[in-house]
Amino acid sequence: MAVEVRIPTILRQYTGGAKTVEGTGDTLAALIDDLESRHPGLRDRLVENGSLRRFVNVYVNDEDVRFLGAEKTQLSDGDSVTVLPAVAGGSHSR
Amino acid sequence: MAGPAHRNLDQLPYPSTVLTIRRHLVDAIVEHARKDHPDEACGVIAGPAGSDRPERFVPMLNAARSPTFYEFDSMDLLHLYREMDDNDEEPVVIYHSHTATEAYPSRTDIGLANEPGAHYVLVSTRDEDTHEFRSFRIVDGEVTEEEVQVIDGE
Repeated sequence: MAVEVRIPTILRQYTGGAKTVEGTGDTLAALIDDLESRHPGLRDRLVENGSLRRFVNVYVNDEDVRFLGAEKTQLSDGDSVTVLPAVAGGSHSR
Repeated sequence: MAGPAHRNLDQLPYPSTVLTIRRHLVDAIVEHARKDHPDEACGVIAGPAGSDRPERFVPMLNAARSPTFYEFDSMDLLHLYREMDDNDEEPVVIYHSHTATEAYPSRTDIGLANEPGAHYVLVSTRDEDTHEFRSFRIVDGEVTEEEVQVIDGE
């Protein structure tokens, strides 16, 4: 069960510069675990305490996974996953 | 895996400490910031990958519609990056406004900066008559202000 994952520039340090990588998994969480086994460090940039990080956007076939079930989103063979860090900021301090 | 879109992070060019930008693009950013004031305005100027040349003005909706925060809408973000990919472009400039404070990256701006190759432009609209327009590199939490060179003409 292969899924293609598009990796943003800032995270290509974990994929040897590759812009797309392949992975497997029935859910997004399983896919991220699979990617971590070959691209150590990647998971921590996507997930915090078992949940997707607030300022990382993940899309499955062009749908934001926040509306699909977040890290529990089901994946099928041939799905396409895109990771994009949020473009965000602002004058308030957190 | 050759070509500018596939560079390793450590091979990214941080070519100059100068942002060279045409005047009409500066005007477009300032106009957008004024129009959305007191909310923060945000957007991108895309340019050919590897060129460091800002060319295509892409104002974005601030999904947060806030005077102290901005965030690109998640679907708009996906479409923008698809489009840049298809055109072999990069976000050469990522801009936003501060509407009550100076044009300097806040802790939030620094913490959320994820494009080490981009020029982060900040405009302050806190003063009605004048504006500040400044540019920064934000890499690994380090802020470096750079000179802004405005070129006349289209």
